[in-house]
Amino acid sequence: MNPFTYARAADVDDAVQLAAGSQAKYLGGGTNLVDLLRETLERPTALVDVTGLPSAIEERSDGSLLIGAAATNTAVAEHHSVRTRFPMLTRAISAGASAQIRNMATVGGNILQRTRCNYFYDHAGSRCNKRSPGQGCDAIEGANRNHAILGGSPSCVATHPSDMCVALVALGAVVHLQSTRGTRTLPLTDLHRLPETSPDQETFLKPGELITAVEIPALPFASDSTYRKVRDRASYAFALISVAAAIDVKDDIIQDVRLAFGGVAPKPWRAWNAEAALKGKPATLENFCVAAEAELSDASPLRDNGFKVALTNRTMVAVLDALVREKNGGSNP
Amino acid sequence: MSIVQKIGQTVMKKAAELAPDAWLPGGKPDPLIEHRPALIGAPESRLDGPQKVRGEARFAAEYALDGMVYAALFYSNVPKGRIASIDTSAAEASPGVVLVMTHRNAPPMKPMPLFMTQPKATGGNDLPIFQDDEIHWNGQPIALVLAQTQEQADYASSLILATYLAEPSVTSLSAAKAKGTTPGLFQGEPLKLEIGDAEAALLAAPHRVDSVYRTPRHNHNAIELHAATVFWSDDELTVHDASQGVAHTAWSIAQVFDLKEEQVHVKSPFVGGGFGGKTLWAHQILAAAASKLAGLPVRLVLSREGVYRVVGGRTTTEQRVALGAQSDGTFDALIHTGFVAMTAHNALPEPFILPARCTYAAGSFKLDVEVATVDMLANTFMRAPGESVGSFALESAVDELAEQIGIDPIELRIRNEPEKDPTTGRPHSSRNLVEAYRSGAEKFGWGERNSAPRSRQEGEWLVGMGCATATYPYHRMPGGAARMTLSKDGRVHVEIAAHEMGMGTSTAQTQVIAARLGLPMDHVTFAYGESSMPGMVLAGGSQQTASIGSTIIAANRALVTELLKLTSHDSPLHGLDPDDVIGRDGGLCKIDEPERFESYATLLGRTETGELTVEASAPPPLEAQHWSMHSFGAMFCEVRVNSVTGEVRISRFLGSFDCGRIINAKTAASQFQGGIIMGIGLALMEETQFDERNGRIMNPSLAEYHVPVHMDVPEIDILWTDIPDPHAPMGARGVGEIGITGTAAAIANAIYNACGKRVRDLPITLDKLID
Repeated sequence: MNPFTYARAADVDDAVQLAAGSQAKYLGGGTNLVDLLRETLERPTALVDVTGLPSAIEERSDGSLLIGAAATNTAVAEHHSVRTRFPMLTRAISAGASAQIRNMATVGGNILQRTRCNYFYDHAGSRCNKRSPGQGCDAIEGANRNHAILGGSPSCVATHPSDMCVALVALGAVVHLQSTRGTRTLPLTDLHRLPETSPDQETFLKPGELITAVEIPALPFASDSTYRKVRDRASYAFALISVAAAIDVKDDIIQDVRLAFGGVAPKPWRAWNAEAALKGKPATLENFCVAAEAELSDASPLRDNGFKVALTNRTMVAVLDALVREKNGGSNP
Repeated sequence: MSIVQKIGQTVMKKAAELAPDAWLPGGKPDPLIEHRPALIGAPESRLDGPQKVRGEARFAAEYALDGMVYAALFYSNVPKGRIASIDTSAAEASPGVVLVMTHRNAPPMKPMPLFMTQPKATGGNDLPIFQDDEIHWNGQPIALVLAQTQEQADYASSLILATYLAEPSVTSLSAAKAKGTTPGLFQGEPLKLEIGDAEAALLAAPHRVDSVYRTPRHNHNAIELHAATVFWSDDELTVHDASQGVAHTAWSIAQVFDLKEEQVHVKSPFVGGGFGGKTLWAHQILAAAASKLAGLPVRLVLSREGVYRVVGGRTTTEQRVALGAQSDGTFDALIHTGFVAMTAHNALPEPFILPARCTYAAGSFKLDVEVATVDMLANTFMRAPGESVGSFALESAVDELAEQIGIDPIELRIRNEPEKDPTTGRPHSSRNLVEAYRSGAEKFGWGERNSAPRSRQEGEWLVGMGCATATYPYHRMPGGAARMTLSKDGRVHVEIAAHEMGMGTSTAQTQVIAARLGLPMDHVTFAYGESSMPGMVLAGGSQQTASIGSTIIAANRALVTELLKLTSHDSPLHGLDPDDVIGRDGGLCKIDEPERFESYATLLGRTETGELTVEASAPPPLEAQHWSMHSFGAMFCEVRVNSVTGEVRISRFLGSFDCGRIINAKTAASQFQGGIIMGIGLALMEETQFDERNGRIMNPSLAEYHVPVHMDVPEIDILWTDIPDPHAPMGARGVGEIGITGTAAAIANAIYNACGKRVRDLPITLDKLID
């Protein structure tokens, strides 16, 4: 671990002031950043502890939910409105990490956690463009079973590891940001960058910008939404693939649908093409398959992860089918 | 008869003349079998449990010594070559750093004596340590930093810069095979056996299966990281170690530093899991060398990554199993051959043919392990080396054959049950596998299984059942010795250089000592885990129970002999022979006239000191040369395979074991269950990600190297026959390793029954099960 200074921010203004003009990092629960510090993958000169900043979960009059960025993952997952109105978010958070980690981890930190690519972590023995720009990538032709099939580039095929973010992008969450230069909002789908030629640039955040809150707009049909995570063991493993889904069907016709994938791309992957392929169509297995195909036809599997294409397809279809059958009063397998 | 057997018979005859009625290899059964005191088999809780729960049990990394400094290691990142340059200046200038040690300034040391080359040799490899600039594997430690705090040492080690002159290397099994293989040697014996012409018999057989099975590398992941806290005083070295062989380690370290064995003191009272990995590796040597150089006590705790870089694991295997059978299922041919990766500097060719040598009768056999040499960290022992991965291949093949012939897989196994050892011809000491299958099948509900795959579905989940045979040999290694002190207050203190790694050895042996002497457990203290104590007792090969048990028999006999010498004419025991009496109710009595009794207090009242100390050694382990001594088990698994995602969930598991007499029902059940859980990992998830481009291990962490979590483990039902083995001390054959054997095949067979997919390469991850 490299030496750094530590300061606890009193409020948001204080936090952005403390972080200005240095190689500072905001410290939430530390469940990822502290690991990265210990591995010397992160070498900030200063840590600004933001766990004392707003963490309230506020239900607003327009039906949206405003979650303070310092809210713990556990607090969000267990919140009554989240459980009843946006169950996919509760399920996504609960599918991640362990209870102890979720008790520590914050919403802001979860969004900004970094990839678990083994080549990224192996600073002493492997090349990585994300860690050392221009060095090359040992994952592309290496052990890449866990890597991206969508959105990767010849520079980087690392995946974003979050479960929570997959639900949040499906729900159309908007991130509230603040820096010394002011405040702004950004759809979460536009926060993470694809690697292209600069995989070290992971977000569109500006220097010193702090996530202060996450806003989930009202989405009535999300009350029946779900999240399904597929992994190599029953718990405590990152997603091989995951699917967040909500569907609004009237008279057998899909009025609206939300779909996002985890574990398949460098960012939480909103399945826009699949959604477009489904809107206005009958809610049939055949159409679900066509939609999955529409999203995954661009997939570029690597040596070890070709199975993710079929797995994502099958899981998406099964999730939609189960949601529709559940709404129709059918049995949920 | 072999020369070894002839010598064995001579030695036994001589031993039998000295003590005609005592338990000996080949003599009368241990009297504890027939008399069976209530303590034998009792489910006593671990005696060290409260200490561990309170945090009072101190492990190797928890000894704080005055002036102690902390070590961190720096590892190579090429698989083979030389160090071109190593710049340690920034590390040396870093805060708190005491010194940086490399091959340029390390004290002269000899290589570690390689495991199994001499009785007490326990080194994982025989390479020079910090003596030259050569690199032999990717991850080899090449520098050590000592600093005032662990954090300072870790930080300074990150400032070291090394460059290498890389040399051509072989970092995959396929490349190594292409360069040629050599026959595997295990404990000096070739891993090769041919009886009849198995290939011809296979071709002629009406039914045959013939497939290749693959198992990946595995790394050791004991929850306690390897650690050594060391100090020198004059020419004496003390090592607080995490060890499953304290006497072996002391002797081996002495060879490295050119010391007498007595000058090295290895202490290891508690070990947080061993599994074959807690032997001698570079870290103890480096800690001792750095301590010598710095003149300060040193603590070296390997990081989790460090364990993957420094401590070997199980190697990869590629196994062909071919079975030829008649229509009634009897085997004409049993072929089990294949390849393992090994290094030029170690000697453990994962002996996967061991189950095939003893499990089935067959008309012909062809067994062979060939070694391919890879530039990698030396592989080593890992729970049931050979049997764990060998039983996966063999027992999968038996299941495949059963389906082809259309026989129930249990019935097929029973039809090939041998009357004597199928490859040595020795009689079985005690073999009750069929009984284990019968009781296991009944409890598990095997009769409800539909042999047709995909015949049971619940929602998305396909449900299947499978079974497989578990097997592990009885071992008792030479070198058992004990010191036993009995005092007239009826308390006994026993010292043996044995080990408690969490298995419950200290508790089970306290029960045995109490039962044998006729004392309550709280009058027995069993001291272990220090190299200065008598004996050379490896906690390996599931042999501690037998080794310590035979040693206690010898020590007790020596003690009773001395006690009887103390009897005067008026003593009810006067004139009796040691074999006429047994310990009971705090004294000795005549076996067939229990009223002829005298208490230890009375007996020892005749001494000046009121106590008596004896030392004794166990007889040589000749029993295994006369009998085929193996434990067996019948493993049953119910599994659920998701038809959408290929996810596998084990819903039920049952192990029915024939391991001789069980000493402690609680700790034994935990050993069986622990072995089965490790077998679940072997079957479904454990895999070292070994990058074949450069031999680098890419997942050196518990986040990325998957072992089962609680949700992966169902209720595990354990049964045992409890039929004592008349030729083993206490009738017990050891329980530490057998649980991992057969488990992976039972799971693979259940998966086949569930979904119709036969997976022959481990681990069985979901990508191998979806279309």
